[in-house]
Amino acid sequence: MKKNSVISGYCSIRNNKVVVDDKLLFECPSENFGGFAAAIYRHFSISYPKFHKMDNLGKLGFLSAELLLKERNINERYSGEKTGIILMNSASSLDTDRRHQETIKNRNEYFPSPAVFVYTLPNVVIGEICIRHKFFGEGNFFVMEKFNPSFMADYLSQLIDNNIVECCIAGWVEIDGDNFESVLFLVEKNRGTETGIVNFEAATIELIYNSK
Amino acid sequence: MRNVYLSADNIITPLGFTTGENAINMLEGKTGIRLIADEKISPVPFYASLIDSESLDTRFSSIGEPDKYSRFEKMAICSIKETVASTSIDLTGSRTLFILSTTKGNIDLLENNSFDKRLYLWNTARLLQRQFNFRNEPLVISDACISGVQAIITGARLISAGLYDNCVINGTDIISEFVLAGFNSFKSLSTGPCRPFDKTRDGLSLGEGSGTIILTSGPDASGNDKILVSEGFSTNDANHISGPSRTGEGLFIAISRVLQKSSLKIDFISAHGTATSYNDEMESVAINRAGLQDVPVNSFKGYWGHTLGAAGVIESIMSIYSMRNNILFNTLGFSVPGVTNPLNLVSVPVKKEINNCLKIASGFGGCNAAVLFYRK
Repeated sequence: MKKNSVISGYCSIRNNKVVVDDKLLFECPSENFGGFAAAIYRHFSISYPKFHKMDNLGKLGFLSAELLLKERNINERYSGEKTGIILMNSASSLDTDRRHQETIKNRNEYFPSPAVFVYTLPNVVIGEICIRHKFFGEGNFFVMEKFNPSFMADYLSQLIDNNIVECCIAGWVEIDGDNFESVLFLVEKNRGTETGIVNFEAATIELIYNSK
Repeated sequence: MRNVYLSADNIITPLGFTTGENAINMLEGKTGIRLIADEKISPVPFYASLIDSESLDTRFSSIGEPDKYSRFEKMAICSIKETVASTSIDLTGSRTLFILSTTKGNIDLLENNSFDKRLYLWNTARLLQRQFNFRNEPLVISDACISGVQAIITGARLISAGLYDNCVINGTDIISEFVLAGFNSFKSLSTGPCRPFDKTRDGLSLGEGSGTIILTSGPDASGNDKILVSEGFSTNDANHISGPSRTGEGLFIAISRVLQKSSLKIDFISAHGTATSYNDEMESVAINRAGLQDVPVNSFKGYWGHTLGAAGVIESIMSIYSMRNNILFNTLGFSVPGVTNPLNLVSVPVKKEINNCLKIASGFGGCNAAVLFYRK
């Protein structure tokens, strides 16, 4: 792993809290994911009409990226072609799969909808974030039982070392039934060691992920 | 950066249970796509390429009890088994990674129990891992219709970086009511067998398939000639989640990045060619922008439909078959050019020396991928 890649920020949305770079920015207990996502959208005065069409996984990934990238001006420092998004989770798109299944389970009420079906693919959240931020680079969605920091570190390192990406949004975005959790990291190749920036390595990713 | 070689492979579709069987049937002009009237999966008859359940169970019965495995699992196991048996590489050590490429896995089990453990793709991958005594935790890649190409790109990178010596890559998807109803709601299904790049094309045909290929860091001693995987790339259109970019932006960037890495003159392009109006048009734009409009190009979708997460694996394997046997397969279903940018579509089978092949794919979420196979 080359030393010049760093974690320049992270955003976690879980336990009904929004944390960015160790700071608790918002908390809204006793809400389900839909209510919590809407509360985040209002609290941070986000204005993006497409948000309301997204499924839960899309909303979670979108909000995480939105708050992670806020005021970091990465579009000024990196070309869209060299910015990638690598996401992982355990339940793939099962949350929306179950919704789509509801629309076809009864032949007398058979209303499959393209607006739901398109979200039965986990990588669509990558597309949503790319559209919002004009990222054209590498995108990959991995499904694994639990978040695997060393896999993420290994995989991103070779993308960065081989100059496939110079900047990457990577991490865990999970929705399954009532459970949700996202932790997204901003990994950059060309940054000095300023305050709040840490070396990009598996142990750091793990530490941040476990700092619930 | 280490070289990555292609070793054994297998394809299972209605056209056969091996790569060779598929090829023989394809050269005879056969297709697996037919009209299916099965009310269990669709209220109306539809065209698709489905694997015969009885043949699958017969094939599987030498491996395990058909009743104990799902349709998805049986297809994947048959394909991996055949592949593993035809290589001399020991795949049970710590230097081998198993990668599963799929969009929906065991999704047909959802109608009975929406929290069934077997619905989780990582769990499906683990079942396959255990079946073959692969040692490492398997990796699942789910990137819509580019999954298979992405799995090959990812496997090649992990080997090239020295993290593993071998990757066993399986791509599988089944056609269930779930998938059929979804594509139907998009009105993207063809009224007959799909006709890629043709003027009269009116949509895609869905297909079931499983393909397995082994990537390895050293040339395989099994006698296959030396074909390598060069660095591949994925991109995003950053344009629309359910439709390709009109300018072919993402696919163009992916192809350009492959071409920048290689000085080879491209011999053959295996296109995604789903036969939807937008996809084929977009590919023609991207291929022309990359200056590859004179390179012979085909789509395999007319033979076995769009096999989703299996497509990139199966079509790459058949492209490699083309290289090994110096035969270009025609684009079944194509007769009159129907895209605005000119392409050199293969319309009859051609005997030709092929030393490299560019494989491309695009999918929902605006994703695109391109990878190059070449003979050293």
